[in-house]
Parts: sequence; C-alpha cells; structure tokens
Amino acid sequence: MNLLKKGIAGTLESGDILIDIEQSESPGIHIDLSSKVKNQYGNQILEVIRETLQEYGIQDAAVRAVDQGSLDCTIRARVTTAIFRGCGSSDYQWK
Amino acid sequence: MLFVPGNNPGMLRDAHIYGSDAVMFDLEDSVALREKDAARFLVYNALKTLDYGKTEKVVRVNPLSSPFGKDDIEAMVRAGADVIRLPKSETPDDIIETEFAIATVEKKAGIPVGTTKMMAAIESALGVVNAYQIATASDRLIGIALGAEDYTASMKTSRSTDGLELFLARAQIIVAARAAGIDAIDTVFSDLNDMENFEKEVRLIKQLGFDGKSIINPRQIPVVHQVFNPTEKEIEKAVRILSAMKEAEKNGSAVINVDGKMVDKPVLLRAQRIIRLAEASGIYFEEEGLE
Repeated sequence: MNLLKKGIAGTLESGDILIDIEQSESPGIHIDLSSKVKNQYGNQILEVIRETLQEYGIQDAAVRAVDQGSLDCTIRARVTTAIFRGCGSSDYQWK
Repeated sequence: MLFVPGNNPGMLRDAHIYGSDAVMFDLEDSVALREKDAARFLVYNALKTLDYGKTEKVVRVNPLSSPFGKDDIEAMVRAGADVIRLPKSETPDDIIETEFAIATVEKKAGIPVGTTKMMAAIESALGVVNAYQIATASDRLIGIALGAEDYTASMKTSRSTDGLELFLARAQIIVAARAAGIDAIDTVFSDLNDMENFEKEVRLIKQLGFDGKSIINPRQIPVVHQVFNPTEKEIEKAVRILSAMKEAEKNGSAVINVDGKMVDKPVLLRAQRIIRLAEASGIYFEEEGLE
C-alpha cells in the first residue's frame, strides 16, 4: 500500500495510542515513540507498530506514536486505521 | 447488558470485569461518523485478542442501509461476536436482510452457518407495531430490545421518570418476545445520578416480565442484579416445589403438594425459571440443594 497523505488515528485518552503516519523522506521505518511505560514496554510497542506496517507492505514511513498505556490489540487497530486513512483506502480484507 | 462505546480502548479493555451478563460494543450512535472505521478496527482487534470470559459479547452494528453496515457485519462475525444487534428494526425485512449478510460472511469465513446470533432493537412506532413479526423473522434472534430515546422521538413525546409514555411499547415488546420464545431487554436509563428512579424503573420492567436491562455505566449493574436475582426465600420455595415434583414422578403421582397446597403447571414453570435464574446468577448450584 502507498501512503498518499498523513494518516492519523487514536486519541490521547488513557488506554489509547495516537498514531500519526506519513511517507518518510528517507528510506525505512522511523518511529518516534513517547510513552510513560517506554522503559518497560517500549520495544514491544515498537515491534507491534513495525509488524503492522509490514503486514500492509509499508516500507518507508515516518510514524509518531503517543502511547497512553495501550494494549497490543489497540496499537494494531490504531496503526491499521492510520495506514488505511493515509492510503485513502477502505478496502480492508477482513480475515 | 452494559453499553460500551466502540471507539474507547480503555472501556473495551475493562468492559467485562464489572460482572454484567453481557457487554454491547457500540459501533452505531456512540461513534462519530468520521470515526466509524477506527471503532470497527478497534472492536475487531479487541474481540480477536481479549478474553471476555463468560460475558456475552454483543456488537451493535450500523444499519445495512448505511455505508458502514456491511463492513461492520463482516468484521464482527469474523472476529467472533456472539450476537449482532441491529439498531432501528422496523420490519421483518430488516432482520431477514441482516441474517442473509451474516450467513454470507459465515460461509465465506468457514464458520458454521447459524453460529452468530442476532438481537433486534425496536426504536420506532412502526417497529413496535411490527414487534411480533420482527421477533419471529429469524431463528437466530435471541431477543428484542426497546430503544426508548428514538421511540419517544418518533412518538412526538419525551421520556418521563414514571415511563408512562413507554408503557405500550414495553408491553408490546414483552408480549411479542414471549410469544416468539425469545428474551426481552429494556432500554437504558440515562441519568446516572438518579439511582432511586433507576431502581424504580428496574422493578417496573421486571414486573412487566422483561429478562434484563440495558445499562450505560457499571454503577448500574448491582441494582439490576439485586432486583432480578431471586431471593433466598424464592429459591428455597422453588427447590421444595421441584423436589416434590421429583418425588411425585418417582411415585407415579400426577398431583404435587407443597406446604399443603397443590402445585399446578404455572407454579412449576415459575419454580424452574427461578432456579435457572439463580444458577445463571451464580447464587445457586443444583447439586447443593436438590439432592
């Protein structure tokens, strides 16, 4: 999938994660994560974001993530929403 | 049945810990138009990942006539929702169309056809008039529910604390549900600070014959349980009636006597219902009492 514009999803409420994604100018995935639990769960949050981007074939992206204690399933949902919004697509293949 | 806004991750995470019998994740009225996609992804991922234990998982989808209904149904059936709740059901066709959409997804996904149950919310004058036809439109239907805010708007009135304006709708819905052999669930009570009138309303709808109440906050759960759970005295009496029935069956007797009074069929059915309710509420276990 191709990011055509900035895709934003999520909120700053407790238990949520705000994801802001756009095509990056330099190759690769660049994630700027802020989270109160970064020391403990930072790597896991980054991993879920990377996995989700990979699932939709996103190779070059700049992601800003503001975590408020979100679960993995919330991170997946918000990243997916941001990707589809950024790609201007609603053609999700439900599994 | 605890209503949970579908686009709130914190509430989705904690929804089942308060002890309601069912949770209803809402993709409809509590979700803004521009957030419909986000809520769908969120509830889909939550249902696929989180363990809600024995709590029944209901999802209120957008109507099929909206741009969101078809995707809502596909996502929620695949994610394993126990029940799809249709908003604003007005005719049997609304039920039949939704059932077809659910069955199509089940076939595509390799889920046994009929796995996903349905519930219909009746929220208009036309829906109330058609309540029985709606309640009998599909074998998947496990219940019908009253949605009072939209209903009172369609009736050109508003809600009052005594609920006089809802009397006909409630009566019609409960009669339709009983005739169809499914559950009837009452509408929400929105004023969280008025627990006194909330309790009065719960007592009223229990007396009318409803099986449960929709709630919008965990604070309302204990009141519903307190009103609906059978009392110790009721359970004790029901146990005595059912024991007497067993004894009579053993002796080949057709007449049952409890405390010197003859027990006829309606009394027996009520006793069986009390025991089922007590077991479902976790306050009575058959092996402890009857044998």
